[in-house]
Amino acid sequence: MQQMIRADIDALVAGIADGTRLAIPANYAGVAMAATAALIRRGVRDLHLVCVPTSGLQADMLIGAGAVASVESSAVTLDEFGTGPRFVEAVRRGSIRLMDATCPAIHAALQAAQKGLPFMPLRGIIGSDLLNHRSDWKVIDNPFAEGEPIVLLPAIAPDVALFHAPLADREGNVWIGRRRELLTMAQASARTLVSVERIQEESLLDDERWAAGTLPALYVEGIAEVRKGAWPVGLWDSYGADGRVLAAYARAARSDEGFAAFMTDFLESGAPAEAAE
Amino acid sequence: MTPCNERELLISVIAGLLDGCRHVAVGASSPVPGSAALLARHRTHGRLRVSILRSLRNNFFTNGGVELFDCAAQGRIDAFFLSGGQIDGAGNINLVGTGGYPQSEVRWSGSFGSAYLYFLVPRVILFREEHTRRVLVDKVDFISAPGTSPPNVPRRGGPYALVTNLALFEFDRARGRFALRSIHPGHGLEEVLDNTGFAFDRPEQVPPTPVPDEATLALLRGPIREEIAETYPEFAARAFAA
Repeated sequence: MQQMIRADIDALVAGIADGTRLAIPANYAGVAMAATAALIRRGVRDLHLVCVPTSGLQADMLIGAGAVASVESSAVTLDEFGTGPRFVEAVRRGSIRLMDATCPAIHAALQAAQKGLPFMPLRGIIGSDLLNHRSDWKVIDNPFAEGEPIVLLPAIAPDVALFHAPLADREGNVWIGRRRELLTMAQASARTLVSVERIQEESLLDDERWAAGTLPALYVEGIAEVRKGAWPVGLWDSYGADGRVLAAYARAARSDEGFAAFMTDFLESGAPAEAAE
Repeated sequence: MTPCNERELLISVIAGLLDGCRHVAVGASSPVPGSAALLARHRTHGRLRVSILRSLRNNFFTNGGVELFDCAAQGRIDAFFLSGGQIDGAGNINLVGTGGYPQSEVRWSGSFGSAYLYFLVPRVILFREEHTRRVLVDKVDFISAPGTSPPNVPRRGGPYALVTNLALFEFDRARGRFALRSIHPGHGLEEVLDNTGFAFDRPEQVPPTPVPDEATLALLRGPIREEIAETYPEFAARAFAA
């Protein structure tokens, strides 16, 4: 079990190859930003992002760095700092393939993969232009109610799920608390890589109270310990978002030059210690 | 007591639309609807359940991001709030962008859960402070979520009202149109007509939107300001009059 724990964040993301279909969580669920910086430093290319069910800084930076071929998401938002500026620019240039979705559709499609099903039906959506641009989404007649249409979504089975969490143990169990979409993401994906704030000696499964909020090691391929690994995004139960840095990014990333300058600093310093003050 | 400001009026208008609800959910980046839901909860002496996303004290979901949608699908959410970069006269909302798709000239964040919740939550209140022809258009460029559906499409939810910084509209689902219900104090019918890009119904005499009474203002400036500060501290510091 010891080999599950990786030496550092670069070793963790070594398992994410060019062309990976990569599932990443929303801003509130534990975003692996230190791992994202490591991916960008390495020059990863052609990622197919599956945002569960939205993304923010993480997707925007990867898009700006030229690492993304397609984005399946219900939104790319820096929350109060607006829409991801590099996402907006990539849309304008047509440099990424867009798979616009709606939140519960992404959850449902991952649940299909989680259950080994080829598709999942979902209410709503009919009459939305999303449907006109998603040739992979089908409308059928509900076989149990004649003349009643319903949308079918093909299962989403990502190659890799990548997220950040507060705590894991030496066996590779990861504490996800109430963020149950992380369990769905992990079970739907072929492999799961997790950065955590802290790795503890005692097994999370030894205590029922922790066990209920734990993603078992069964679904986890690798873990790396990295303090403030979600910074400048916040981490539930741990720290808030660094609004100053997010605001600076939102301003800088409106231009190619501003984004490049921001990223040079971010990738070099990237130091959460600095952010801690 | 200091007279009510614009934000307080909007909060009071929205709270009035939540009468009779058992559970109101409030999405991200929604401080005015959040305050309105909390005000409505005070009026029911706590019987109304309010779920505010991103709040710790007012968020009871334990099943991750999917629970809001499942809860709506189970019929356990009576009211929710949506907005739009564009909203049209048929109640269609656009959260995606303008000027073509996929290569949009203006691109917004995305549709979020709108294409689902608009179908499943009985009272969806559209809230957009900016009341201009840029926002309130005859026809949206992209339908994130449609205002109405053909009768064979299962749907119990949809637009209920539209609140802007000028006026309150109600949505008539049978006609698929908005009807002007009241105009906020300090604004007039001409201004509403000039700034609305879609046709709407209206009574011969459009009444003014009632301003909140002193008891309501005291609630807003006391307990509501404190409660919303947990999720929106900057809003709580600025939005309410002294």
